[in-house]
Amino acid sequence: MSGLPPPGYLSSTDLIDESGGPVIRRILPAGKDGCQVTAEDVPASAAAIEVRGLMRRFGNLVAVDRIDLGVRHGEVFAFLGPNGAGKSTTIKMLTTLLRPTEGTICLNGRDAVRDPTGARRQFGIVFQDTTVDTELTAYENMELHGVLYGIPRAEMQGRIGSLLELVRLSDRANDYVKTFSGGMVRRLEVARGLLHDPSILFLDEPTIGLDAQTRALLWQHVNEMNDRSGTTVFFSTHYIEEAEMAADRIAVIDHGRIVATGTVQELKERTRAATLEAAYLSLTGTEVREERVTGGEQLRERIRGQRR
Amino acid sequence: MTADMLYVLWLRQMRRYVRSRSRILGAVGQPILYLLALGYGLGSVFKRAGGGNYIEFLVPGVIVQTILFSSVFWGIQIIWDKQFGFLKETLVAPVSRFTIMLGGVLGGATIAFIQGVLVLVSALVLGFRPDTWALVPVALVVMIVLAVSMACLGTGIASLVNDFQGFQAINNFVVFPMFFLSGALYPLVGIPLLLFAVSAVNPLSYAVDGLRDVLIHQSRFGIGIDLGVLAALTVVLAWFGVFTFSRIEA
Ligand SMILES: Nc1ncnc2c1ncn2[C@@H]1O[C@H](COP(=O)(O)OP(=O)(O)OP(=O)(O)O)[C@@H](O)[C@H]1O
Ligand SMILES: [Mg+2]
Repeated sequence: MSGLPPPGYLSSTDLIDESGGPVIRRILPAGKDGCQVTAEDVPASAAAIEVRGLMRRFGNLVAVDRIDLGVRHGEVFAFLGPNGAGKSTTIKMLTTLLRPTEGTICLNGRDAVRDPTGARRQFGIVFQDTTVDTELTAYENMELHGVLYGIPRAEMQGRIGSLLELVRLSDRANDYVKTFSGGMVRRLEVARGLLHDPSILFLDEPTIGLDAQTRALLWQHVNEMNDRSGTTVFFSTHYIEEAEMAADRIAVIDHGRIVATGTVQELKERTRAATLEAAYLSLTGTEVREERVTGGEQLRERIRGQRR
Repeated sequence: MTADMLYVLWLRQMRRYVRSRSRILGAVGQPILYLLALGYGLGSVFKRAGGGNYIEFLVPGVIVQTILFSSVFWGIQIIWDKQFGFLKETLVAPVSRFTIMLGGVLGGATIAFIQGVLVLVSALVLGFRPDTWALVPVALVVMIVLAVSMACLGTGIASLVNDFQGFQAINNFVVFPMFFLSGALYPLVGIPLLLFAVSAVNPLSYAVDGLRDVLIHQSRFGIGIDLGVLAALTVVLAWFGVFTFSRIEA
């Protein structure tokens, strides 16, 4: 039993345990699993999310191209990239919805491909698009989630109540979701993703379509979870200022490849840019990626590009 | 815990079902329409041909029809859930795919069974009488087994296709022919040998035959064989449903 992680397991320098002290890690026999499972009683020093050589193909298109990622426990990690860069595809693979074409994913040491149920116990997710049942009420949606995640019956009502309160939907708890506005559905999605207090929280463009008040409340709550329970947060966003404000570290993905990883400061230094936005544009270019983007947005992109 | 999970997944469907009155009416109304239109329209021809009472003959057939199409409808629900996103919510939950699939099948099968019972009750109201009341529970067993197996079939089909068009295509090429070659609407006598052979390997024939045996004592195979075949069918289709559903991506 070596005191240090075996070579290759935590190869990225990002991932070295900050406490620095020798970590006693009981490595269970590998083989069945791509992740060495550490025993429960061991200091949580491994990465919360560890991704190696992750690739996904759709037909001929390589949506995610052999990426490596390491996210520490308790870290808030932002995932930036233009439309179609591969953010959602990556998040879907991390959350076991898509099978990787190649590569390994470990969530708190659970292999997402070989032990999906074990991996699923580690996280909560708010998807980019709607996943609530609009024929049910807000409360019923929350309750269904709570039961699937094994929340004790006795706690159910209280927890649902306080989360609906947080997203200001308490007075609509018993209304059908089909009667909600787009922003209200979004708020419900967010509340539901937080309900079981996950160890890792994935947020795929969580604030899209939210008003400023709810955006602020959401980040306040996510930060609180992060402080109080050490929740690891992995989120994608198109709002650069959101990444700047909330994230400890940022990865930028473009055309399915990670083009840079680091803190805001590191990214700025690396690109010699004054702002994170300028750094981002310098990393990903200023050209618009999707034909569907409106003229106004294209114009804005171009102006942004010139400002840099 | 797992029982709790199966229950909420089941409950979700029941809630959707009772909230959708048009679905209840549509699914029961259509077989009743068949019963009345065909029963009264073709009844005299059927009798002259020596077939006996056509309405009596039809009742087990339309019950099978109701259960078949209601349970396969669960597959359409899965495709809806895929397109409207809800499926993702269940697929990322820390619950085995088997549990998710089973909860869905139980919900779909319960609804189909209820619809079948509604049709049976409607037939009773219209004057249908089973030969032996004591055998009605056996009829209910046949209906339940059929509902479960067909909900598994619907799950499997829905897991293999990505849209309604694909589902409809399989429906048209698999489910409808199965129904028409099951003897539900006409006796499978005097038909070409090939069709007869097809009907003999068609599992739905055994559901129709089983119901007909216990309700009006007309049978080709006998209830024992019928139930045996249906049970085997359920095992095969459950495996098919589990296997395909476990590989679903969203
Ligand atoms: N199911 C699919 N089938 C085929 N191609 C897909 C599928 N899902 C995604 N893609 C393609 O993979 C690429 C990456 O898509 P993805 O949704 O991951 O982008 P994204 O970074 O989340 O973009 P956005 O910011 O617009 O949400 C795109 O080219 C997209 O068209
Ligand atoms: Mg996306």
